[in-house]
Amino acid sequence: MEWETVIGLEIHAQLATRSKIFSGASTAFGAAPNTQACAVDLGLPGVLPVLNREVVRMATKFGLAINATVAERSVFARKNYFYPDLPKGYQISQYELPVVANGHIDIELEDGSTKRIGVTRAHLEEDAGKSLHEDFHGMTGIDLNRAGTPLLEIVSEPDMRSAKEAVAYMKRIHELVRYIEICDGNMQEGSFRCDANVSVRPKGQKEFGTRAELKNINSFRFVEKAIDYEVERQIALIESGGKVVQETRLYDPDRDETRSMRAKEEANDYRYFPDPDLLPLVIEPSFIEAVRATLPELPEAKRQRFVSEYELSPYDAGFLTASRELADYYEAVVKAVGAEPKLCANWVMGDLSANLNRDGKEIGGSPVSSAMLAGMIKRITDNTISGKIAKEVFEAMWNGEGDADAVIEKKGLKQITDSGAIEKIIDDILAANPDNVAAYRSGKDKLFGFFVGQAMKATQGKANPQQLNELLKKKLSG
Amino acid sequence: MHNKSLTELSTGLIAGQFSSEELTRHFLDRIDRLDGQLNSFITVTAEQALTQARQADTRRNRGEAGPLTGIPLVQKDIFCTNGVRTSCGSKMLYNFIAPYDATVVARCNDAGMVMLGKANMDEFAMGSSNETSFYGPVKNPWDTAAVPGGSSGGSAAAVAARLTPAATGTDTGGSIRQPAALCGISGIKPTYGRVSRYGMIAFASSLDQAGPMARSAEDCALLLGAMAGFDPRDSTSVEREVPDYRATLGNGLKGLKIGLPKEYFGAGLDPAVGQAVQAAIDEYRKLGAEVVDISLPNTGLAVPTYYVVAPAECSSNLSRMDGVRFGYRCENPKDLEDLYKRSRGEGFGAEVKRRIMIGTYALSAGYYDAYYLKAQQMRHLISDDFRRAFEQVDVIMGPTSPTVAFNAGEKTDDPVAMYLADVYTIAANLAGLPGMSIPAGFVNNRPVGLQIIGNYFDEARLLNVAHQYQLATDWHQRMPHGFE
Amino acid sequence: MALERKDVENIAHLARLSISEADIPEYARNLSNILALVEQMSVVDTNGVSPMAHPLEASQRLREDTVTEADQRGHFQAIAPAVEAGLYLVPKVIE
Repeated sequence: MEWETVIGLEIHAQLATRSKIFSGASTAFGAAPNTQACAVDLGLPGVLPVLNREVVRMATKFGLAINATVAERSVFARKNYFYPDLPKGYQISQYELPVVANGHIDIELEDGSTKRIGVTRAHLEEDAGKSLHEDFHGMTGIDLNRAGTPLLEIVSEPDMRSAKEAVAYMKRIHELVRYIEICDGNMQEGSFRCDANVSVRPKGQKEFGTRAELKNINSFRFVEKAIDYEVERQIALIESGGKVVQETRLYDPDRDETRSMRAKEEANDYRYFPDPDLLPLVIEPSFIEAVRATLPELPEAKRQRFVSEYELSPYDAGFLTASRELADYYEAVVKAVGAEPKLCANWVMGDLSANLNRDGKEIGGSPVSSAMLAGMIKRITDNTISGKIAKEVFEAMWNGEGDADAVIEKKGLKQITDSGAIEKIIDDILAANPDNVAAYRSGKDKLFGFFVGQAMKATQGKANPQQLNELLKKKLSG
Repeated sequence: MHNKSLTELSTGLIAGQFSSEELTRHFLDRIDRLDGQLNSFITVTAEQALTQARQADTRRNRGEAGPLTGIPLVQKDIFCTNGVRTSCGSKMLYNFIAPYDATVVARCNDAGMVMLGKANMDEFAMGSSNETSFYGPVKNPWDTAAVPGGSSGGSAAAVAARLTPAATGTDTGGSIRQPAALCGISGIKPTYGRVSRYGMIAFASSLDQAGPMARSAEDCALLLGAMAGFDPRDSTSVEREVPDYRATLGNGLKGLKIGLPKEYFGAGLDPAVGQAVQAAIDEYRKLGAEVVDISLPNTGLAVPTYYVVAPAECSSNLSRMDGVRFGYRCENPKDLEDLYKRSRGEGFGAEVKRRIMIGTYALSAGYYDAYYLKAQQMRHLISDDFRRAFEQVDVIMGPTSPTVAFNAGEKTDDPVAMYLADVYTIAANLAGLPGMSIPAGFVNNRPVGLQIIGNYFDEARLLNVAHQYQLATDWHQRMPHGFE
Repeated sequence: MALERKDVENIAHLARLSISEADIPEYARNLSNILALVEQMSVVDTNGVSPMAHPLEASQRLREDTVTEADQRGHFQAIAPAVEAGLYLVPKVIE
């Protein structure tokens, strides 16, 4: 039996506002418990919600970035259920009329082709608080700081057919929300969360199989593993005569398996109805156009431009546009250098990125600014230093020893480009190594490297490699 | 002193005839002596009141007083009052010391008013007789065997018995107008959105409105002016200027078109009440008004519609009462389910539980379309009835309640019989229109109320129409025996 | 629509209300009567009538994204039934 996997993802992105969606309390991460839960967030008797403008702007931005329809009129609805981290006993969300609908995003498959994944809807809602299960003498502690933080719930069509596709989609959405600056995408802090709806069906069957919802997956790696495990589990279950139950399952990364969740098992009747404390959200076309004007160049467009404008390979373009900050850094370097986009790319992708990784830094925290790197690259292109020496200069800049010129000056790293001087050095080396000269002249070409090495040693690496090679060849050929 | 109207008290304070402290002591003394017969207070805030009174007197001496500075007031126990218990008539909030002030309370405080205490009310504003309160029923000062009406029964009784010159109330299906009628006082439910709901414990969010209750339209005008206005903390609050409601009280009524819906004078109306109301309408004819027969065809469906919308919204609004962050918590909960079920089961009274269950049912899977959605459609039809009527008339009049005050215990066995008492008042809430009740006579020594319904934001007209009647009659000046 | 014992139990559970065994029949009776009252709506033809969620024709007002609330934990938790280390306590929740 050939099986087909069907996956849909629900992503909750915390919107990076200063205050909550319906109150003026702070959304800053890491505060002491319940110090950022105001009366409205606590759901005290008598309090009322008022909508944050920035949240509307961010949702609109997202809708435009995925080519979706931004609803002229959307409605907030109450989702009613009882849980201690939900103070009002209902979550303010959107149900029948969400703010964004019918968008799409393109992912790149392993074979290089593109696949379009539909985004059914994106809607606004408030986050719940947190339960702390450490033992308080048999009790659970509730922290409501997070209650009321704005979320954008992004729901895909069930268009993905493998765990890899799901990860690719998740990565694209992750990149996009960071690019348009509506979410910091920090999965460890919980500002980007993913649930996967997974089902299987015999290949060719039109009806969907029963799906399970996987929760608690907070990394790209875990999404892939969780889905893979679940697909195998479902297939094995069906093939052994069982039936997949529609349920919520948690992914356990330590055991690499999914488990059925207890307590939330009964089918929840959420009794959705329009929230009478809020009026319909109307978004005028003028508002949408004003937001459209603030859209940055989106990742896909940027990638394509890098390939055409800088003549980079798709791989290089992909690497350099992984984040908006990195792409901006790279372009600043190229602009300052005024040329050599490939050389600049090599430096950014090579030494710079290696050092960032090694020291656990993001591009924003790089000790070598784009101006500094550009300055160094200019010294390569104007022959002041060789590419090899540049590595030394780079490390020195990274360690705070000044900019390229200062380091070159201080360490005396200027290239030797005076032919006369180089010739003299070559003459000295040839004179000191007559046997090798003879051996080379009689056909041992490999010895060329020996002479190059000697010359570099004698000049502490500062001889201009091209000139050295030329002159050495000339002299060796007699 | 307690027989003076709010307006007279205001004038008296300005003229220096008495201080606010004297005035406050006078009322606190009356409450102490007389409220035992009525049970109209859940909390009396004597110390705080005297402090506020002294502050008011100081403000007056500095020349910084306004028309309401130093005037005593009772707040219905549905409004959050910072540092003072706010029980909403329920065991669920028996120990809820509100940590903030409702906007209505803040505005009254800013105007310099003196809070005597928190008025008794039907539990969570659900009731028409003030018999569902956890703190005991309230009695009608006109006849203590009778109910004062509800849910603002405590506010109405306290004003009628002159234990306070004025009180705040709230009205979701008639809870200001009906007790005002049954207790022979004046009360107005403003247009939805006119007064802030922030800090007013929610019953049915799309129907609730706060309003003043006092012994005359003139007094209501003064208090409404302080209560009304835009509040950025309430998304349903309207950004619309508050007129000076007193400025137009004196307008003549010549040419005023009064609509009498035939549905309000049919079966179910006590004939004696009907007669008293017709006499009131005759007074209006004498004042120059023209009376027009109109029809509000969907009147009969107002009560069924309300008893879907209000319970549905309240079932959700009351979910936050769960014993976790405030209020009543059951003893030794064995697990989370038990905590919720017993805290709520023990904390809520029977009427509240009934309404929560009806509301839950109406919203549940499979029933939403037939009940909740249908009710919202009915609301539209009911509003359209009024829209059409107001194309022909300026105001609509009729009895506030089909009967005068009934005896305590008479309707408590049959919730539906109690619900039908709201037949004339409910439609205005469903449409969001302003409505007022003023005294218009007596039947067997129990007061009769005349209801006046106006178009959106036409409170000034309602108060003017009511005031002119009160200049020509003296029903509103009658006093119940035993509270002189 | 007459409600039976099972219906009352289901609704009470959804609403997290404890109802004693003895009281269930009375609740069933009263709730059924209320539903009979409410069902009077069904005779009216509301085809094509748009639902009225609000009396106001207005749309939602937006507030500026600024932090306006300070930490009042002590004040708010003074009225809480069970608090420890700044957290609200509930019977242990098993996930």
